Amino acid sequence: MHYKRPKADVVIVGLGWSGSTMAEELTRAGLNVVAIERGAWRETSTSFPTTRNPDELSGSIRKEILQAPVTETYTVRNKPEETALPLRKYHNLTLGNNVGGAGTHWAGASWRWQPFDHQPYSHVMKRYGPKQLVDGLILQDWGVTYDDLEPFYDRFEKIAGTSGTAGVINGVKQPGGNPFEGSRQSPYPTPALARTRANILFADAATRLGYTPFPVPSAMIGAPYTNALGINLAPCTYCGYCQLYGCGNWSKSSPNICILPVLMQRSNFTVVTESEVVRINTSSDKKTATGVTFVDSDGNTGEQPADIVIVATFTLDNTRLLLLSGISTPYDVSSGQGVVGRAFTFQTLSWAFMFFENEYLNPFMNTGALATQIDDFNGDNFDHTGLGFIGGAGIQSLCNQGLPIGMSGLVPEGSPKWGKGWKQAFQKSYQNYAQIQGQGTSFAHREQFMDLDPTYKDRFGQPLLRITYNYNENDRRSGQFIRDKCVEIAKEMGARDVTGVSLADQPYSGYTPWDSSHVQGGVVMGEDPKTSVQNRYQQNWDIPNLFVIGASSFPNNAGYNPTVAVGATTLWTAKAIKELYLKNPGPLVRL
Amino acid sequence: MARNLLQRALRISFRSGIVFSVTALPVCTVRAEDAPTSARIEHGRYLAVAGDCLACHTATGGQPFAGGLDLKTPFGIITTSNITSDKETGIGNWTFQQFENAVRHGKGPNGHLYPAMPYTAYSQISDPDIADLWEYIRTLPPVNHKVESNKLPFPYNIRSLLVFWNLLFFNDSAFVADASKSEEINRGAYLVNGLEHCGTCHTPKNVFGGDTKKTFQGASLQGWYAPDLTNNAHTGLGHWTEDDIVTYLRSGTNRYTAASGPMTEAIVNSTQHLTDADLRAIAAYFKSLPPRTVSPPQPLPASNEQVKAGQQEFVVECSACHRSNGKGISNMIPDLQNNPAINALNSDSLLNIVLKGTEGPATHANPTGAAMPSFGWKLQDAQIANVLTYVRNSWGNAAPAISAADVSKARTALNAQPAVPR
Repeated sequence: MHYKRPKADVVIVGLGWSGSTMAEELTRAGLNVVAIERGAWRETSTSFPTTRNPDELSGSIRKEILQAPVTETYTVRNKPEETALPLRKYHNLTLGNNVGGAGTHWAGASWRWQPFDHQPYSHVMKRYGPKQLVDGLILQDWGVTYDDLEPFYDRFEKIAGTSGTAGVINGVKQPGGNPFEGSRQSPYPTPALARTRANILFADAATRLGYTPFPVPSAMIGAPYTNALGINLAPCTYCGYCQLYGCGNWSKSSPNICILPVLMQRSNFTVVTESEVVRINTSSDKKTATGVTFVDSDGNTGEQPADIVIVATFTLDNTRLLLLSGISTPYDVSSGQGVVGRAFTFQTLSWAFMFFENEYLNPFMNTGALATQIDDFNGDNFDHTGLGFIGGAGIQSLCNQGLPIGMSGLVPEGSPKWGKGWKQAFQKSYQNYAQIQGQGTSFAHREQFMDLDPTYKDRFGQPLLRITYNYNENDRRSGQFIRDKCVEIAKEMGARDVTGVSLADQPYSGYTPWDSSHVQGGVVMGEDPKTSVQNRYQQNWDIPNLFVIGASSFPNNAGYNPTVAVGATTLWTAKAIKELYLKNPGPLVRL
Repeated sequence: MARNLLQRALRISFRSGIVFSVTALPVCTVRAEDAPTSARIEHGRYLAVAGDCLACHTATGGQPFAGGLDLKTPFGIITTSNITSDKETGIGNWTFQQFENAVRHGKGPNGHLYPAMPYTAYSQISDPDIADLWEYIRTLPPVNHKVESNKLPFPYNIRSLLVFWNLLFFNDSAFVADASKSEEINRGAYLVNGLEHCGTCHTPKNVFGGDTKKTFQGASLQGWYAPDLTNNAHTGLGHWTEDDIVTYLRSGTNRYTAASGPMTEAIVNSTQHLTDADLRAIAAYFKSLPPRTVSPPQPLPASNEQVKAGQQEFVVECSACHRSNGKGISNMIPDLQNNPAINALNSDSLLNIVLKGTEGPATHANPTGAAMPSFGWKLQDAQIANVLTYVRNSWGNAAPAISAADVSKARTALNAQPAVPR
């Protein structure tokens, strides 16, 4: 069956953080908004009740909150000359499967990106010149600066109730915060979380080494808070069931907690759930988007016409939807021309894993983003002259895991594998294991890209998205540099055994343990239509009523998690739609 | 408006392509030349909201005002009628006089209405207000939906018997202002005793379902205890200021508590939409009432075995949200200290909330809607009895112990889940 829904002012594809943030702005402006979400409805109190939610088997092991690869997946290869294969098992890209998207089950690290991260090209050229870049590296500015985005970072933090300690307010450094952060107009809405024993050991060691530790800003809120939309949040109880879990305690900011209750009060908002958008429809001249086509879970095909189309799905699916719809020019690796799928980035992780001899670290008390960090080696906060790379990492003592099944494999090398000996080793290592993560930058490269797979198709018969990715030389150099810093701090903390790893030393795989879930780019914003799909307002260069929002707009990845930057750029685009586009529909940037 | 009803229906059936949006009270479109009438219709709509007509006259998941909701009374089930303008199944053929007779005097065209329709309160509605209410009700779009209202067993199915009931328990008189009280308090009294019909739930009933003289002293119905609204500091609103009452009726929450059970619907459907002046008048009226004269009992000692065992349960099951000291989170998670609902002699609501959980109030002023999860499946009767006994006798609270047998009885009566065997 094929049906057509009544025309809306705006259709939003995907109702995660970016979609719901956009929906709140546009419905408040009086527009009639229809959101189409492939996942099912989820509500904080009834879907994730505190009585039932802390269940490691269903959450972390069976991954019940994620979209299963059998439903939809990606194919991966390391080099353009290889044949890509599908990711058939649960992989590191943890996709949401419900209203709220991955914003429901995220770990909650809540970073503003630094001024450098929004203008990496200008910064590098000014400080080092072109010879600092390894061969094939793609580096470009976003067209929007940190100063442009600051009010929107501020607003998003006040929707999320972000906890943290400010480092720079109105240009003045603040004690206890990150001295390298971009200047803020106000402190974090809620106070920083308490530190664990491992965080304290890290902070002390980092201070002795001359670095500046500070609490990682977190979605686990530090005190009761009424957010910018009038919704109440309760303080985090450190139960530790955050990543891969919804929070039924109203303590982890998510679309379900922070935005959806307000949207559901508005008569000009509708969400169609369990329906997957398969195509953006365009006029025959390809200059106007006319709406979207979706398939509901009964297999019926629906059409949602709209005056404005906003695509807010998972990063990779934003790219795929443009490719499936024949919108803008796909990237061609052989010529280096084309834009959709280009400037794809991942994250460069380094680790120091350590065991103490006789500590009591009590990892069971933790939250998803409970960490103490130094930014002395992040972004361009240190002199890269002679190092042969750009970027770096946030180096953090991360206490995001203490669940018994997940921790059971973490025993020192040479421990018995079973029986009483293993139990004794596990009991000891549970209280003595700690980790330092270097969450590194990732810069695009001409041989890292996405396109449609020529072989594998999804359940609707449409090609899967193909990822061609391997770490580039810049990643390998920065990863090793950061790994050594992690090891240096781990040793200073007094750990007995320390193992340092740079994941970029191995070829990329979607299954690597300890790896990141962050991917960016493919539909990037920028200043030049030859190297970007969208202008500085995340508006398509060719189709002015199409906006693709999310981390797909970022041409590089920072040494941070992307969510708050996604929120800020979404609010920036919402303002442009409300104040510029609606008054004069058409391109907001004319060349 | 009917968001909570809608969501409940939707939670039950997660099927494909489900569309979630808010349904609103029908708003008629009126031409500009009818402006005076349009103002009266709008006023009538406000009165219908104040009277919360929608809540009873709409079936779960049904069309607004088309009736069909089963009201469970001690005498059997009464199904609410279709009051849309449908000529066949609604009240499209009614005259104003018939409407007035039904709403204010409990007399329908086919005989007496059952007092599940709160005409005992609506008799207080003024002449101009009943006229405006009619102007609005007659604009409701017709919905053809036949409802069989009377499914009561013998002898309650004999409508004419209500003549005697009315003689005994229905004071069919209009509202009379108390000249010794302020205009605001009188406005509050008019709303509370008339359209808002608070006494329907909060005033104890006699065996015939008629109001007793214990006005607003708290009453049990449909598995819930509608608490004491007098100014008794232990079980009533003694500690609440007028602002606390206004905030509660506007948002469903205040610094002390959050609404639960049927009161959530009353707030979501009705009181949150009242003007600030009307809410202030209601608050002023309640604060003008004398306190109920009962003194609090002595709390059980901390050495009591149930209190001791209950404290352990509280730490494990309750303290994450209500916090270790029971103080909760303002405007979100109820404060269990000095909480009149906790201190109530009658524990129906406490048992209902713990066994089945309760939806949180989601209002325009406070859209949060934080709910209490069900513990029925998780905790045994004795565990629930102990934790409630602990809470009822800690932090300044004092109330009788609750036994495992009380919990077991409530579990059966409420059709709550059995506890998972330990």
